[in-house]
Amino acid sequence: MSPVDYIRRPMPKQEPFERVRNFDEVALGYPADVAREEASRCLACKKPGCVDGCPVGIDIPGFINCVAEGDFAMGIRKIKETNALPAVCGRVCPQEEQCEKNCVLGKKGDPVGIGRLERFLADWEAEKGAGEAPPLPPLNGKAVAVIGSGPAGITVAADLALRGYEMTMFEALHEAGGVLTYGIPEFRLPKAIVRREVEYVRSLGVRLRLNFVVGKTRTIDSLLDSFDAIFVAAGAGLPWFLEIPGENLNGVYSANEYLTRCNLMRGFRFPAVDTPLKRSARVAVFGGGNVAMDSARTALRLGADEVHIVYRRSREELPARAEEAENAEEEGVIFDFLTLPVRLIGDERGWLAEIECRRMELGEPDASGRRRPIEIPGSEFSMSMDASVCAIGNSPNPLIPMSTPGLDVGKRGNIVVEEETGQTSRERVWAGGDVVTGAATVISAMGAGRKAARSIDQTLFARR
Amino acid sequence: MFPVVERRMIVPNVHVLSIEAPEVAESARPGNFIILRPDEQGERIPLTIADWDTSAGTVTSVFVQVGASTAKLARLKPGDRIPSYAGPLGHETEIDRFGTVLVIGGCYGLGSIHPIARALKAAGNRVFALIEARSSYLLYWEDRLRATCERVVVITRDGSRGYKGHVTRLAEILALEGIKPDRVIVHGCTYQMMEISGQTQPLGIKTIVSMNPIMIDGTGMCGVCRLTVAGETKFACVDGPEFDGHEVDWEEFLARRESYSSEEVEPLHRSGCASHF
Ligand SMILES: Cc1cc2nc3c(=O)[nH]c(=O)nc-3n(C[C@H](O)[C@H](O)[C@H](O)COP(=O)(O)OP(=O)(O)OC[C@H]3O[C@@H](n4cnc5c(N)ncnc54)[C@H](O)[C@@H]3O)c2cc1C
Ligand SMILES: Cc1cc2nc3c(=O)[nH]c(=O)nc-3n(C[C@H](O)[C@H](O)[C@H](O)COP(=O)(O)OP(=O)(O)OC[C@H]3O[C@@H](n4cnc5c(N)ncnc54)[C@H](O)[C@@H]3O)c2cc1C
Ligand code: SF4
Ligand code: SF4
Ligand code: FES
Repeated sequence: MSPVDYIRRPMPKQEPFERVRNFDEVALGYPADVAREEASRCLACKKPGCVDGCPVGIDIPGFINCVAEGDFAMGIRKIKETNALPAVCGRVCPQEEQCEKNCVLGKKGDPVGIGRLERFLADWEAEKGAGEAPPLPPLNGKAVAVIGSGPAGITVAADLALRGYEMTMFEALHEAGGVLTYGIPEFRLPKAIVRREVEYVRSLGVRLRLNFVVGKTRTIDSLLDSFDAIFVAAGAGLPWFLEIPGENLNGVYSANEYLTRCNLMRGFRFPAVDTPLKRSARVAVFGGGNVAMDSARTALRLGADEVHIVYRRSREELPARAEEAENAEEEGVIFDFLTLPVRLIGDERGWLAEIECRRMELGEPDASGRRRPIEIPGSEFSMSMDASVCAIGNSPNPLIPMSTPGLDVGKRGNIVVEEETGQTSRERVWAGGDVVTGAATVISAMGAGRKAARSIDQTLFARR
Repeated sequence: MFPVVERRMIVPNVHVLSIEAPEVAESARPGNFIILRPDEQGERIPLTIADWDTSAGTVTSVFVQVGASTAKLARLKPGDRIPSYAGPLGHETEIDRFGTVLVIGGCYGLGSIHPIARALKAAGNRVFALIEARSSYLLYWEDRLRATCERVVVITRDGSRGYKGHVTRLAEILALEGIKPDRVIVHGCTYQMMEISGQTQPLGIKTIVSMNPIMIDGTGMCGVCRLTVAGETKFACVDGPEFDGHEVDWEEFLARRESYSSEEVEPLHRSGCASHF
């Protein structure tokens, strides 16, 4: 038996000075030989902690063993038993909080690069050509509508199509994929991958209706006339602002606007496309999550001279994936920790010119368990900026609740469901993903979709 | 893809555009708007719904050619297809029995006030219309308004029809015509809506304006369409587009509308001048 190998194989990346000038993917993925080496580090635990950490319970030692053996086709098949979007999850899951957090190797060294190996298999399959579409059962005579084409919606559409349901997925925007398409940037999740996943779902017979705003084009109640059940996966797309003076100045963006202009509308190619995206010289991004990192790194790639992340807590509390915060730092993003923007100041033409901030210190832990930031009186200072991007959070969009009588929603506009099934207060209506939890993760949205698909199937099957 | 049923210039620089979109037609109400993309590289641009036909499944808007996107629209022919057409968006116009209502239109608003006038009439109101244009040859759809409204008052900048001048004469004209509205509803360019709100405020006449900020998604997701109404931030696409004109922060609104004016020149240069005047 060879000694335990505690050192994770590094994944090649574009060099920072190179990548800040393009929108291509930063992390390049393992070559096959390195993937096999990394996979050989896995101890194939009898009670694998890693599996408990994965919200969809992938057979991790199983697929990793396939990689080590070089049987990549079997490996990807094993993943796809439980995860329809491995190319996406392998790239964007917060693995250090989930599967990799529980890996035994992590106690003494580096945990196995589970996400990287998952990504390797998905990319290997894509490169080889079309993934094998599983055989479809005959239609069972029931029709289900999915509202929203993000990860939660895609999961339910795929799961139920594979069980013989006639599926239709409605999407308000002109492209499918939800946040994967309009939010997460190209350099972290190439849009070609998202499109491939959407195509896969369509190859299962799922009908995709773009430009269809449920609650406006048709209501849930009117769709219930034509469908046996509805799954609402409309995400958490309503942007929050800080609610400080000056937020309606020009040059002040929500992260959703900034990223949508860039990703969905491809504004980074302006003027080859018609949607403009300002190229600002000094940009301040408010917030410390993935959305803030993505906005800051987008600003750099658009040619900003200086980009700051302004975050009211300290580095330890940064909610972003560690890897993405590191990437941002390598690329030259400046972090202003323990700093709170209090006022945005404009020039005489109504454009942002300065941001006034206050310093913070950390006090006692709050309800979230993180130390509460407290303002230090008299510590105001200002920075000159020509753009700011607010990335402090989102809540669910009210369009559907507003137009659906009897659909219970919580304080922040999230749809209330039964935890185990995703069933809402309305009969024949289920919901899951960010629209229920508020902004969360790709894999948790998929997990919620999986549960709801099972419950929808059981309920409709019982009625048959 | 959505088929173009009609695209026709009705007066110089102003076009009607009818698109086949049965589900939008089915749900359309006065005051709603749609968002379309003229082609795959195109912006998402909002247009107010000016008419619809549920049996034919078509929706009609009137647009003014101003920049690159509307220039692309102006080149469409019947049978062409456009990639996006989403709606109806925004709240519909509040329709009730208000008493006497004056609808005011300018620019593309000459088209979009027509279904509003129709609905107000059906709800039992006395409906008057006031329409404004630079010159008489720029007026359109006057016949439709005459069929619905008790009277149609015309103002032209050059005096070629009706009163000569501008909506700045609104208070005076209302007095001369003997119209005492309980409510005014304006669809038109920003300056016109701002000016009218300024005129009706001292008269104490409730004034509804249809705001037209820059938009992207039109579903409340990006926040670019925000404006301040009665001291609160609102998203025009989901909270509006109609608001009380006396509560709108006009100065801020005008500044926000200009935020891309330097970039807007760029696609315009590329769009060629084939359909310009
Ligand atoms: C910039 C950014 C970076 C992120 N980075 C990460 C990351 O690294 N890792 C991670 O795990 N998570 C990340 N997340 C979070 C993750 O993307 C979301 O948790 C996940 O996408 C939620 O999936 P969903 O299916 O619930 O909703 P969404 O992905 O939000 O999809 C909802 C879809 O529904 C559509 N819709 C909304 N209303 C209607 C309607 N009325 N009618 C029709 N369609 C409608 C929307 O247009 C949208 O396409 C990030 C989020 C953002 C914004
Ligand atoms: C809810 C709503 C409803 C609308 N309804 C109609 C309608 O029914 N008919 C119609 O013709 N237009 C309407 N508009 C305005 C229309 O969307 C814009 O004219 C269009 O987006 C301009 O696109 P463009 O690329 O051709 O011009 P751009 O290149 O974007 O702009 C060219 C010039 O037009 C000005 N401009 C920019 N945005 C607007 C705007 N929103 N309104 C007016 N001028 C603008 C710019 O300052 C610039 O000088 C509406 C806007 C909103 C928000
Ligand atoms: S889906 Fe996410 S959590 Fe599960 S194994 Fe893959 S990377 Fe880990
Ligand atoms: S916990 Fe780590 S070592 Fe054990 S099976 Fe999972 S990945 Fe392999
Ligand atoms: S247009 Fe994006 S929120 Fe209104």
